[in-house]
Amino acid sequence: MSQVVDDLKFSQTHEWVRLGNEQTIVVGITDHAQHLLGDIVFVELPEVGAQVQAGHELAVVESVKAAADVYSPVSGEVVEINDALTDTPAVINQDPYQEGWLCKIRITDTNEVDALLSAADYKKLVSEQEEA
Amino acid sequence: MSESLIFTQGQRGRFATAQAPMPTTMETDLPQEYVRQTPLGLPEVSELQVVRHFTRLSQYNFGIDTHFYPLGSCTMKYNPRGVQHMVSKPSLLNGHPLLPAEYGQGLLQCLYELQEYIKDLAGMPGVSLIPMAGSQGELAGVAMIRAYHQSRGDHQRTEMLIPDAAHGTNPASAVMCGFTVKEIPTAADGDIDLAVLKTMVGPQTAGIMLTNPSTLGVFTRQIATVAQVIHQAGGLLYYDGANLNAILGRVRPGEMGFDVMHLNLHKTFATPHGGGGPGAGPVAVSERLKPFLPIPLVAYENGQYRWVSEGDGLPTIGRLSSFMGNVGILLRAYAYIRLLGRTGLQRVAEFATLNANYLMVRLQQVGFQLAYPKRRASHEFIISLSEEKKQFGVTAMDVAKRLLDYGFHAPTTYFPLLIPECLLIEPTETESKQELDAFVDAMCAIRQEMQTDAQLLKQAPHTMPVRRLDDVRAARELDLIWCE
Repeated sequence: MSQVVDDLKFSQTHEWVRLGNEQTIVVGITDHAQHLLGDIVFVELPEVGAQVQAGHELAVVESVKAAADVYSPVSGEVVEINDALTDTPAVINQDPYQEGWLCKIRITDTNEVDALLSAADYKKLVSEQEEA
Repeated sequence: MSESLIFTQGQRGRFATAQAPMPTTMETDLPQEYVRQTPLGLPEVSELQVVRHFTRLSQYNFGIDTHFYPLGSCTMKYNPRGVQHMVSKPSLLNGHPLLPAEYGQGLLQCLYELQEYIKDLAGMPGVSLIPMAGSQGELAGVAMIRAYHQSRGDHQRTEMLIPDAAHGTNPASAVMCGFTVKEIPTAADGDIDLAVLKTMVGPQTAGIMLTNPSTLGVFTRQIATVAQVIHQAGGLLYYDGANLNAILGRVRPGEMGFDVMHLNLHKTFATPHGGGGPGAGPVAVSERLKPFLPIPLVAYENGQYRWVSEGDGLPTIGRLSSFMGNVGILLRAYAYIRLLGRTGLQRVAEFATLNANYLMVRLQQVGFQLAYPKRRASHEFIISLSEEKKQFGVTAMDVAKRLLDYGFHAPTTYFPLLIPECLLIEPTETESKQELDAFVDAMCAIRQEMQTDAQLLKQAPHTMPVRRLDDVRAARELDLIWCE
């Protein structure tokens, strides 16, 4: 069973969101997602200043098995990216919820965050998918 | 045993030709400042060393000529040598592409007849042989869909629907042509999720791209309904010919309701596949897309064959190559179709599906789990090793690597992405029952090993020139330059 951190919000497509100060949130992919992908070998991050829309492509993570789109859980502007991932993408496998964060987004609509899954709901989703 | 790099086999100053004396001075007219002062960094080896090096490397090949190669979604079948022989005639090999049509009537006749055969197999009235790869065929097909909508002033059709099990090239082609991709989910039985599809179509729908049988190895049974839904919304249907081997001469995509398709001649029609080319991806189209076909085409009028090109004034999407695509590959397909005839082509599909279903049932009998146990296989099928992973800690990749030790190329692993720990197995029509049985025996033996000695699998292969390669490190620390 993959690890799920309690104080985060989650998307159906396995991204996590950490609420930061003011209107800025941190985005990453979940432990479940990195397990499914396997060893990550390449990450393509958005540009700082890019406008992103909830549900649209935010980043690409590539493992030896597959390349997968990361969808933005919220709409807003990318204000910071985790540059360190370019050289050490394996950090996402080792520490998906802390060091493996992808980017920070200044959000335009807080309702979008409220609509995301709670840790309990996300746990349920993952266990259903692992059963299937 | 493994072959060392050719760079490490040489010696400074060693010269290629066997016993010819090395020139003592290199005379040149070049001004001194332009003459290179440092060595080139090329291997300095003898002719015989080169011959031995590359001969040894060729002996490491693990291919269809030496081994069963059940790489699903790829149709790695045996291609008859006779076809190669037939198209190697100097009169075909040496034809110049700028030769006036009247002096190349034989070649044009072959190409014209190939167009006719493909029309018949596709069940569609128009064909262009030009695209030089499956991906280029897709690009041409989607470009024709766009040209069709634009010719009608139908500019709001910006969305291309693509099932989640599709080949990665499908969304790539759609995006290249300026469409937005919308993903359609798969239902639990492996068919397309029709209920969701119905909610996704509308005046914005340009079309749908489908492979049938799908990459899940099953035939999309409600294809007629899918066609109806898309056509009613004003969209067109694109058929990806990746899996044509399963239905060759038995089911015609045009009759399923498709408007445009590409065929991979390098999978299905006697050209080896997977070597990085050359390939050929002709496109076939319904009546309404015919004017947009890429040129040149071959026409037959008044007892003469001629090129149809810019001068004919069609609203074509244009040229995809300078001349006639990969003519050599087209000729092989022509020879293959003439060799087999309609009955032979049908037999290809029948034996491809018979072999797949036989192998599927036998693997199920010995304990492997099928991804879609209630479905009949098409020309390929999927087993999932999720259960084995839970019980023995052995992955699909471990089994794939261990198969090499038993003398079988691994099936496709971890594709389609929808099925965890999967092997996608496609035996093709060219394997005998003995070979299929030997594969089942190997899988049984590996199943035993999982339970008794999982480490043996985790460290496989044991008998290959190299052991398990570190593909993660290779991807993370890509290093393709040899340095002394």
